[in-house]
Amino acid sequence: MAKRIDVKDLNLFYGKFHAVQQVSLSVPPRNVTAFIGPSGCGKSTVLRSLNRMHEVAPGARVEGTVQLDGEDIYASTVDPVQVRRTIGMVFQRPNPFPTMSIRDNVVAGLKLAGVKNKKQLDEVAERSLRGANLWNEVKDRMDRPGGGLSGGQQQRLCIARAIAVQPDVLLMDEPCSALDPISTLAIEDLITELKKDYTIVIVTHNMQQAARVSDQTAFFNLLGVGQPGQLIEVDDTEKIFSNPTQKATEDYISGRFG
Amino acid sequence: MSTDTADLSRLATPPTFQSVSTARKAKNLTATVLVGLAFLIAVVPLVWVLYTVVQRGFPVVLNADWWQKSLSGLLSRQTGGGVYHAIYGTLVQGLVCGLISVPIGLFVAVYLVEYGGRSRLSKATTFMVDILTGVPSIVAALFVYSLWITTFGFGRSGFAVSLALVLLMVPVIVRTTEEMLKIVPDELREASYALGIPKWKTIVKIVIPTALSGILTGVMLALARVMGETAPVLVLAAYAPYINYNLFDGPMASLPLLMTSERNNPTEAGFDRIWGAAITLVLIITLFNLLATVISRWLAPKTK
Repeated sequence: MAKRIDVKDLNLFYGKFHAVQQVSLSVPPRNVTAFIGPSGCGKSTVLRSLNRMHEVAPGARVEGTVQLDGEDIYASTVDPVQVRRTIGMVFQRPNPFPTMSIRDNVVAGLKLAGVKNKKQLDEVAERSLRGANLWNEVKDRMDRPGGGLSGGQQQRLCIARAIAVQPDVLLMDEPCSALDPISTLAIEDLITELKKDYTIVIVTHNMQQAARVSDQTAFFNLLGVGQPGQLIEVDDTEKIFSNPTQKATEDYISGRFG
Repeated sequence: MSTDTADLSRLATPPTFQSVSTARKAKNLTATVLVGLAFLIAVVPLVWVLYTVVQRGFPVVLNADWWQKSLSGLLSRQTGGGVYHAIYGTLVQGLVCGLISVPIGLFVAVYLVEYGGRSRLSKATTFMVDILTGVPSIVAALFVYSLWITTFGFGRSGFAVSLALVLLMVPVIVRTTEEMLKIVPDELREASYALGIPKWKTIVKIVIPTALSGILTGVMLALARVMGETAPVLVLAAYAPYINYNLFDGPMASLPLLMTSERNNPTEAGFDRIWGAAITLVLIITLFNLLATVISRWLAPKTK
């Protein structure tokens, strides 16, 4: 569990549009890395390229390498389905499967992969829901539809679903942007908790959140409209927020633009 | 010279708010009347048709024989007998048509939404489906006649009718299924991919179940629709007043066919048979619509 990610010379395209250019960074295991930057700078695109979700969009293309513990996930022999199983993802808007109960939502990944053993599935469901700090709230209504939970609960349900397949890395794309402050706090606590077992990369628009939860921060920016986004700098969160090397980072963090 | 200076120095302006102008009241009244009239014009014929069918047909179908017997051996002026043979024909022709159409329509729609993208094949298919949706049923019937009967040499039969109905039903199913699959949010597909679930399994286990209630409603409505089609049964099946269980051979009755053939029967009995068959068809189609509602309620994603 918990592997390191090394990104080298990553260029991302949507059709002819060059979305992100020349990104290189490393994410150590059991560490939270935050991607910050103005809208449209490509941070979500980079995140989605880390588990080969980028190529799901029509016309999307990837150049460069992304290595998981030294293994290139874009090698021609690699099955993208296995990559996504190893590198889980939580999305901006909570998206539980509407036809499934809470329990079935959590174990969907295993169930659809062919695990039938009811006892094992129940165990995984409980463990994952405990891991996502949701067990106590839903343990009496596991057979109720997942869509009936509140927004914050739904998002924790999605996190439980993502960790139920026991990935090595967890990617989070603005997981709190649709949530109220209390749910946000619950998720942030959870991220700190999950850090013990997982490598986490989180995209956030909320700089306080980046400062609170992450060990390492990467700042992305774009030079102008229609220009590709790029990685400006990546360093320890403390350093980025107190003494960044680049002027653009300092301007962004101090709220002078973006 | 005290408190009133402010009031006195204000300009004489009209008040900000006034009552509704006469012109607007008149426009509102005209629009209300027009909308009400349009509603009446639309509803009156509907109620009238329903009333006539129920009034003339209902006494006929109250007889238990109506549902259990055929018209076999009865003279055209004899009352009694029933339309079991025609109900059987309508249901079997419709259901066989459904059995063939649903898989084809479903697969085409899945291709168009999940795999086709903007490829040339998918554009061409969408275009063809659009054209097929507008094909009159008589054209479908004549096409099947020339292919199945003239070219392949099979006889006229209930199955030929089913084939013509397939031509009419497939485009409708493709259309409704396509719309239903399109409104399944991409977030669900992505959530599934992110769990390491392959694309085909995502479609089978996540996308289709989410859209299933709408798809089934569409199928039921399409089925109700084709069961009332008259042109295919007129062209492709000979009428039989007796029960023919064999879909592939021999004359076979159906409700629309029974009605058109009894129109040549000027007696009281013929009159009763037409109205009875009409209300029977309306009842069957209503039943299918109700079934569609129940199924879609039952399958729709729940939040409670």
